[in-house]
Amino acid sequence: MQRLRVRYAKRGRLRFTSHRDISRAVERAVRRADIPVAFSAGFSPHPKISYAGAAPTGVASEAEYLEIGVSRHCDPQRLRADLDASLPPGLDVLDVVEARAGSLADRLEGSTWELRLPGADPEEAAGAVEKFLAAGHVEVERLTKKGMRRFDARQAVRSVAVTDGNERTAGQEPGPPCVILRMVVRHETPAVRPDDVLMGLRLVAGFAPPSPPEVTRLAQGPLDATTGEPADPFELDRAGGDL
Amino acid sequence: MSVSRNLMPTSEIAASRNLMPTSEIAVESLFPRLEPLLPKVQKPIQYVGGELNSTIKDWDEATVRWALMYPDAYEVGLPNQGVQILYEILNELPETLAERTYAVWPDLEALMRSEGVPQFTVDAHRPVRAFDVLGVSFSTELGYTNLLTALDLAGIPLDAVERTGEDPIVLAGGHAAFNPEPIADFLDAAVLGDGEQIAIAISEVVREWKGEGRPGGRDELLMRLASTGGVYVPKFYDVEYHPDGRIKRVVPNRPGVPSRVFKHTVMDLDEWPYPKKPLVPLAETVHERFSVEIFRGCTRGCRFCQAGMITRPVRERSITTIGDMVEVGLKESGFSEVGLLSLSSADHSEIAEVAKGLADRYEGTQTGLSLPSTRVDAFNIDLANEFSRNGRRSGLTFAPEGGSERMRKVINKMVTEEDLIRTVTTAYSQGWRQVKLYFMCGLPTEEDVDVLGIADLAKKVIKAGREATGSRDVRCTVSIGGFVPKPHTPFQWAAQCDHETVDRRLRELRDALRGDKEYGRAIGYRYHDGKPSIVEGLLSRGDRRVGRVIRAVWEDGGRFDGWSEHFSYDRWMAAAERALSGEPVDVDWYTTREREEHEVLPWDHLDAGLDREWLWQDWQDATGDVEVEDCRWTPCYDCGVCPTMGTEIQIGPTGKKLLPLTVV
Repeated sequence: MQRLRVRYAKRGRLRFTSHRDISRAVERAVRRADIPVAFSAGFSPHPKISYAGAAPTGVASEAEYLEIGVSRHCDPQRLRADLDASLPPGLDVLDVVEARAGSLADRLEGSTWELRLPGADPEEAAGAVEKFLAAGHVEVERLTKKGMRRFDARQAVRSVAVTDGNERTAGQEPGPPCVILRMVVRHETPAVRPDDVLMGLRLVAGFAPPSPPEVTRLAQGPLDATTGEPADPFELDRAGGDL
Repeated sequence: MSVSRNLMPTSEIAASRNLMPTSEIAVESLFPRLEPLLPKVQKPIQYVGGELNSTIKDWDEATVRWALMYPDAYEVGLPNQGVQILYEILNELPETLAERTYAVWPDLEALMRSEGVPQFTVDAHRPVRAFDVLGVSFSTELGYTNLLTALDLAGIPLDAVERTGEDPIVLAGGHAAFNPEPIADFLDAAVLGDGEQIAIAISEVVREWKGEGRPGGRDELLMRLASTGGVYVPKFYDVEYHPDGRIKRVVPNRPGVPSRVFKHTVMDLDEWPYPKKPLVPLAETVHERFSVEIFRGCTRGCRFCQAGMITRPVRERSITTIGDMVEVGLKESGFSEVGLLSLSSADHSEIAEVAKGLADRYEGTQTGLSLPSTRVDAFNIDLANEFSRNGRRSGLTFAPEGGSERMRKVINKMVTEEDLIRTVTTAYSQGWRQVKLYFMCGLPTEEDVDVLGIADLAKKVIKAGREATGSRDVRCTVSIGGFVPKPHTPFQWAAQCDHETVDRRLRELRDALRGDKEYGRAIGYRYHDGKPSIVEGLLSRGDRRVGRVIRAVWEDGGRFDGWSEHFSYDRWMAAAERALSGEPVDVDWYTTREREEHEVLPWDHLDAGLDREWLWQDWQDATGDVEVEDCRWTPCYDCGVCPTMGTEIQIGPTGKKLLPLTVV
């Protein structure tokens, strides 16, 4: 069975889709696009589509991944175009490769997140980040399905960069203040999510942005030892050329 | 009149109204103001729109703008066929646009009030008040409080008489609109029956009136609609009462308003193959499938069934149109299940050919077929096998409705115990393991023994199933709810059973089922207590005075009355006591009181085509052991609909077959 790996984006208002919403939308898009998806055997067959590391509801993403098993050979570029045309705008297919070896989920070691914090003060943010990075452990709490959990939000964070999101080129009116945090976070269990890091900033420095953050996942992949950033997880699939 | 804290004070509504754009000023999207609220609410995806096949038309290029509302949560409202059909038809018209709006949950309602965000459409997030018509589809009366929330959030005055040229025409449709009197004060207009043609006709009237520069304002527009006899404008009718509280008469209060308003019936459903492009939501909804209405109307003559009475006569879609609609609908939506809808789907004259044709066409494509409403006596195993050929044998559902033979004669649901046992035995022996049986409690003339008869029936079903399969692995679920007498049915005169009696019978039935050592564990029991039925009864057969009760409940915080976690019987009763004090009527008067033949009923001036004398005679026959046959197969029994409405029965067979789909 041929397996195809798909990178897709979750943009704009579609960021409010949950993981279940996306999986229904993808199944329908696959049917609309006439993609010969393979089905599991058994009493109630399911299409062979698996998802790796889905971003939380409310978080936009430029780097979501899924894998489709097909019963007939498909050209990755054709599948990319067909699937993209069948998905609602805002769920956009960016890249498709044929799977070669290994597990895609295992390659997704870390993510780059961008948090836009409208109304937050850049200096205050920079101070909070400095304190956070200086700490060895920052215990945070989050309500999970299993109840309130306490865990460390510091160790998984590889880097955090603070920029002023309000910088405008000359001649433009300055808008309201806005801080952008760009952070690389390793995937761990329990997962440390961007809002956990925000909670950590509040705990170590009392930093509390006035409105909800606008979060976007920019990349997911194997963490590069030299750059410290996630690399393209499809590199290994592309490396060998045509099979 | 008390206003609870979570409601926006009237002064604020007035203030926000002035800030809101009207239909002739540029109407901007509310989404930038809504978006920051969404991370704070449950299931935000339901408010963002963007469904596959949804349509956003240019505001300025349209003359007639409809906001279509289903007054329940998005997950219930989105799949509604009526709204989807009208949405598509109206958006196909030139100079016309339609967008959709749904009831927002209390968490978002509170944020919208605190942030001053008005009721919005999910398509382009335009303010509902900016539209020309707000069309609200009422499948059930339990959406009435949600109408008030939407009006209030939109900044539209609740009382129709207080609305101005800045407000849309608030128009009700759907089955509950066959007695819109309880919400008459909140409506500008109501329409009875099929919406396809009348929605187009109303659009035309609005377009002409706007084109002429809106002569005579709002009242002239309403007058133009009312004078057709096909649109009910409540404020053009006065209701007079007898001192004892009964209605004396309902009369037009101005010249040119007809004394009766007629329902609409679309003939030749093949010419109206909607929905063509079903809306495919991102959010999870109650029906995740493509639904095709295979026929409209039902003449089986079940006396409790309002749908069967008000949608006559039967009009079938032909097998070829059904096949085409399924093909287009699946292609457009990507759904993996097809539902063949109607009031009794196995009664379609070519249902066997439809089932076989569709099962052949979609063999091996993982496409499921379902037949949601099936009569025991129309069911046959070949049909069931076709429907499960490409999928699961999950469960079969039948609705004998009455637990005893006598009861089923009273309600004219002519299903014998032998029919039922034979059918379920076949089903069990063909591999089904689960059968669901639907019943009602509190039917006219019902005694305890009729309800306890359900337990005997369920045990016989299991016994037969075990014998047929040689296995103890068969189950049956009994679902039962309280009966509510409905307008335009033979039971419109009946006394509704009090909730104490209903609850006692439901408890006794539960004990009879659970206490049985041999069969009890094979029988599931689901029931709804009797109190909500009393409120539904009040709203179903209420008159204009009940509007005060609805308003009082809403002001006290009543929302989402169809949801048990939101519904409060005590709130309704307390509100009714306050709102009806000083009147000679109360909740019992509306619900548990039997009406006399000549009492003027609140909906008598609204004509569903049914001959009142025939309805009364059928009510007498109910208690006199007289059954009515189906006019599709036996001579006409003069219910009155066809001659009054100029309609006729439209059924097959056409003799045509579904050909295999050609692979491109």
